[in-house]
Amino acid sequence: MKVNCDINVHHLTRVEGHGNIKIKIEQGQVKEASWEVVETPRFFEAFLVGKHYENAPYICGRICGICSIGHTLASIRAVENAFGITPSEQTAKLRLLLKHFETLQSHVLHLYFLAAPDFLGTGSVLPLAESHPDEVQRALRLKLLANDACDIIGGRRLHPTRTVVGGFTMLPDRRELELLKRRLEAAAADLEGSVRLFSSLKIPDFIRETEFVSLKGADHYPFIGGDLVSTDGIVKPEAEYLAMTNEYCVEQSTSKWSKLSREALAVGALARFNNNFDFLHTKAKEVAHVFRLNPVNHNPYMCNIAQLVEVAHVVWESIELIAELVDQKQEEPRQPVTPCAGTGVAAVEVPRGILYHSYTFDDSGKITKCDCVIPTSQNHANIHMDIEALAAKCAGEGKSDEEIELLASMLVRAYDPCISCSVH
Amino acid sequence: MVEEGLSYLGVPLAKPRVAFFEFTACEGCQLQILNNEATLLDFLSLVEIVNFREGMTEKSNDYDIAFVEGSISREDEQERLLEIRKNAKVLVALGSCACFGGVNQLKNRFNDLDWVKKEVYGDFPIETDVVRPIKDFVDVDLEIYGCPIKKEEVEKIVANLIVGKSVKYPEYPVCMECKANENLCLYELGEICLGPITRAGCDAWCTNNRRGCWGCRGPADAPNIVQLKEIMAKYGFDQDTIIDRLECFGGFASEVEAIRTGQELAGEKE
Repeated sequence: MKVNCDINVHHLTRVEGHGNIKIKIEQGQVKEASWEVVETPRFFEAFLVGKHYENAPYICGRICGICSIGHTLASIRAVENAFGITPSEQTAKLRLLLKHFETLQSHVLHLYFLAAPDFLGTGSVLPLAESHPDEVQRALRLKLLANDACDIIGGRRLHPTRTVVGGFTMLPDRRELELLKRRLEAAAADLEGSVRLFSSLKIPDFIRETEFVSLKGADHYPFIGGDLVSTDGIVKPEAEYLAMTNEYCVEQSTSKWSKLSREALAVGALARFNNNFDFLHTKAKEVAHVFRLNPVNHNPYMCNIAQLVEVAHVVWESIELIAELVDQKQEEPRQPVTPCAGTGVAAVEVPRGILYHSYTFDDSGKITKCDCVIPTSQNHANIHMDIEALAAKCAGEGKSDEEIELLASMLVRAYDPCISCSVH
Repeated sequence: MVEEGLSYLGVPLAKPRVAFFEFTACEGCQLQILNNEATLLDFLSLVEIVNFREGMTEKSNDYDIAFVEGSISREDEQERLLEIRKNAKVLVALGSCACFGGVNQLKNRFNDLDWVKKEVYGDFPIETDVVRPIKDFVDVDLEIYGCPIKKEEVEKIVANLIVGKSVKYPEYPVCMECKANENLCLYELGEICLGPITRAGCDAWCTNNRRGCWGCRGPADAPNIVQLKEIMAKYGFDQDTIIDRLECFGGFASEVEAIRTGQELAGEKE
């Protein structure tokens, strides 16, 4: 029985942004268990007001240093929905491909650089370069592949340059795409190596029933647009995102919180997996099988494994997408854009979960209202409640302060939070 | 501080203790450090990283070089920044937010923080101040421009610091690099571009991808805004559009102020 403990993690490391964990146990009773967000807000939704539509994707990409591609694509889709533009098939495929490489880059970064050190007993990836050189080289190879691919399609790995309302400023040439496809095929060995590594790690055993929200697949594992779904059975069209997010402010956080049918909800790789398992690539389902990961899984630490499953999915689906693209005749990269008054909403699955952008325009195409709901802000309440449940469990098991601090830190990291993003 | 085996022209090299910090920002510039996988391990062998919250748990207040990302928008950030300045021998502003305020400073243009807060948080109390670059609070030894920063430039600058070479920025604008890369001029394609006045060093990163320059690296030496306005007028872009682009990252704050208030710009008298 753990009688007393007092944990205060100020500015948790190996996550994006600034958050604190506090756990206080007295006489075996949890007195406090909380997740605080202290990040400074940036006010994107205010400073975009009055700006011309072209600013939205360019500036909103800068909400996040990890998922700038996802923000850019969500922003573009919201603008296109407002102006009644349907992307060409070529544009849609290239955007999905670009999205896949961001997912690959971000998941590999999280799995190897942010999460793995906890499992391997180090404070960062740096000592692993000596103790586990093959693993680190493998992570760097996969990340390099993903980043190079983002350069080829989006112009730049961070804050992409070619992505615009209406399509792309220019297209990758066929040779680059074919070479990329060969590199992806050669990455199969690195995927196997990753599965081997993570199946050797012990995922903490912790269950807390959760409502998972994501896009709802129609015939594909969904990433860009479509209906919204929760594991509690709620389905809404994309435009009614506010009914899925229900944001509110809380004292302990500069980020807003969200809820749906319960007090909290979760988004991210595990939510997508839980809602859309059937649409995963066969090779990705094989990875899930290795870890006995089945929908609906309520262990938040398994988000790491759901990310690994998605790594396999995006690699194999990208190979198919590229094969289709090189077989097709190249069309014009960009279609003309005519602004009009109205509101446009977009839902896009970014690495950490479902992201919404919504803009209202006047008839000259200037923004009069802007709203962005970030995956991590939707997760904060659930992280907070997971920490409460984890503290109660640990108090009952008599774990040491160090063990509790590590488990709580790993729990937050499993959500791969993007905190500055959530306080945009 | 001397690392065995690491030398330059036979002279043993110091291995500086390096720390990374972030304020109001997207943390993308720090991520760029990890984003050059091919040279990452070589780069890491040049320095000893003692503080990098986004990537490591260990932390120390004993460091030689502090890289600071982000702008300052709250009082606790000012205090933290002053502390970093005290500890660091060399303080480097990393990226446009740290150098100019970055996109975050766009909220300053309303001159109405209450409206800004209300637009996002309603009546919920939230603390925020006017966004400022870090040089408004501490002495900055070096500025690395860009949104995002270019990793190659950071590596070069760090290598120069270690071997004691001075760091020089190009004085000329992005337009020069763009021409050298044999790109079509974006004005000819109907795009707005700040390439003629923005400081080079990015190798025309955006314009190589047929995207107009938005001036994230701030002004080149003696930027000719008057002539830029003439170019823009010739291609049919109005004054609002010019201001829209110039104000994006905060590097052209004084030029924007001059245009807004109708003051004469340098060179306009001729």
